[in-house]
Amino acid sequence: MVYEVMVDGKPHRLELERAAGGWECRLDGQPVHLDGVITCRDVLSLLVDGHSYEIKREQTATDLHLWVGSTRFVVELRDPRSLRSRQKAAGDEKGPRKIVAPMPGRVVRVLVAENSEVEAGQGIVVVEAMKMQNEIKSPKKGVVKKISTVPGAAVKSGDVLAIVE
Amino acid sequence: MFKKILIANRGEIAVRIIAACREMGIATVAVYSDVDRAALHVRKSDEAYFIGPAPAAESYLRTDKILGVAKRSGAEAIHPGYGFLSENATFAQACADAGVKFIGPTPHSMEMMGSKTRARQEMEKAGVPVVPGTSRGLVSPEEGEEVAARIGYPVMLKAASGGGGKGMRLVHRREELRSALESAQSEAQRSFGDSEVYIEKAIVNPRHIEMQVLADEHGNTVWLGERECSIQRRHQKVIEEAPSPIVDPDMRRRLGEVAVKVAQAANYTNAGTVEFLVDRGKNFYFLEMNTRLQVEHPVTELTTGLDLVHLQIRIAAGEKLPFAQSDVEMRGHAIECRVYAEDPDNNYFPSPGKITLLLEPSGPGIRRDSGMYEGWNVPVDYDPLLAKLIGYGSDRQQAIMRLQRALGEYLVAGIKTNIPLFQRILGDADFLEGKLDTGYLDRWLAKGNQNVRSRAPEPRLPGVDEKTEALEAVAAIAGGLFAVLDPVFPVGKNGSIVRMGSGPAAVPSNWKQKGRSEALR
Repeated sequence: MVYEVMVDGKPHRLELERAAGGWECRLDGQPVHLDGVITCRDVLSLLVDGHSYEIKREQTATDLHLWVGSTRFVVELRDPRSLRSRQKAAGDEKGPRKIVAPMPGRVVRVLVAENSEVEAGQGIVVVEAMKMQNEIKSPKKGVVKKISTVPGAAVKSGDVLAIVE
Repeated sequence: MFKKILIANRGEIAVRIIAACREMGIATVAVYSDVDRAALHVRKSDEAYFIGPAPAAESYLRTDKILGVAKRSGAEAIHPGYGFLSENATFAQACADAGVKFIGPTPHSMEMMGSKTRARQEMEKAGVPVVPGTSRGLVSPEEGEEVAARIGYPVMLKAASGGGGKGMRLVHRREELRSALESAQSEAQRSFGDSEVYIEKAIVNPRHIEMQVLADEHGNTVWLGERECSIQRRHQKVIEEAPSPIVDPDMRRRLGEVAVKVAQAANYTNAGTVEFLVDRGKNFYFLEMNTRLQVEHPVTELTTGLDLVHLQIRIAAGEKLPFAQSDVEMRGHAIECRVYAEDPDNNYFPSPGKITLLLEPSGPGIRRDSGMYEGWNVPVDYDPLLAKLIGYGSDRQQAIMRLQRALGEYLVAGIKTNIPLFQRILGDADFLEGKLDTGYLDRWLAKGNQNVRSRAPEPRLPGVDEKTEALEAVAAIAGGLFAVLDPVFPVGKNGSIVRMGSGPAAVPSNWKQKGRSEALR
């Protein structure tokens, strides 16, 4: 299998094949000797040339985080042969983008109207949780195609609040 | 001794009190709101009763409902924990009227300590050092100017019934005083319905040091050592330790004796904490008394070897203190980190939600008081305190090293916590030298933000792994291995993770995977 792995925004090419007694692995063309075991759900024990790493996986509403020891990396996995991955990789600026609630809470205010133009970083919706308010911002410049929430609504983590195109 | 105790609280403190009751062979009664049915304190208790909707005003603050549960369950005493009803004299009185023992001081003591000017007057009478100033409201700007000239600028104007920084003004010069007084008075009137404002000398960058006291109902009062609580973010404590790095045995004894005097002046019973402001010359002034068990009580428990909750229950049951002041010995050093559900990368915004993975530290010198578990949904409705991690060592340095080790092992995934903040503070040079004051953390955070803006490289801190290329490579490999060995679909509609199969062996459909990887669909 071949993956394109983005680590903190930096691309790496990872080749991974099962081989007798373990894995055959090349990272950015360099062979790596490794041994990996899932010890419990979301926790990987990885041995690389005798060095031992405990890696924890955290899936948030928006990102995949991998903790190597106590250091966190944002990781994105792409299969370069898959059409969907290629489309996703083609650019964040094109196409509609969903704005999702990063945490559960209550919608206090909607700051823009449908069909209005917004800048990247402009506040779209204000969500309150634990008595604090948080502005959810637009990830891109564009037009607000849809507002899918109303003030007072309870939202869960990952719920779509608006779509900007 | 009581046979059954109701705990009128939730979260880690309810779990901690339930543990003490269990150790003493006392049955426990929990109460819970709509969103707390699955909370840890309900799981750990012997009995649990529903008391209403999520907002605290409709559940955990409802005196009538809680007393109703006490009656129905036959609980003989109520432990209020901290927050909620713990410092509510009306509730303590209602318990007494209902024939249920309130585990804490009398309503009379609580009332005396509730008003700032009244507590100040009583303490002056008892000969307790208070910050120089007036203990009554100012009648005119002229009086304010006269007092300020006597005690020296800068001065602080404070609302008598104030709190939370409202109705407070820092005045540096005579010319500023008149307008500051007017705005403080009108703000106090708006916020508290009481325009009384008094004046105090402003202590610049003080330390916040507090003394634990314990009093039985037979006239015995002891002090159990100080806690340094200067590390605060916007007046909320973040790290506490015992002993304070600047308090020597003589100052400790003087602080303790004053604290006992304060408690006796209020006819205080049960556990309480006397807070002091300490200036650069190590002069200390009475600030206020907290009439409850404190969040940070574990650091005192570790350095004295006493269990404060056991003692609270024994005192409430009418027992005498089982030791005298001369029996109290302090040993070693303890530091507590308050683990909050908040996001250090997003201005410490609260971060409720589901805990998808929880790895918790233990081992030498580590105590963890926690109200969370893996799979629990942290509700949006309450204080974001999840757990307290306490490191203990023979000295301060060992306590810090143990905490750093344990923080590195602590992982709360699915929500954000302030664990990374502790890892950085515990490596800060000023913290390591014990150079602390109440402005330390806000200044330090402002400095950190500047660094982020200028993209200056962060200094290498002990205990925090640097982001090296080697680690980045490991993360890249791990990303691929996870995808093969333990695949998940990213996110379901409600934010939950949809898992394929139950473990590494159960990769769901090789055909589908093969098809995907060959780009057939």
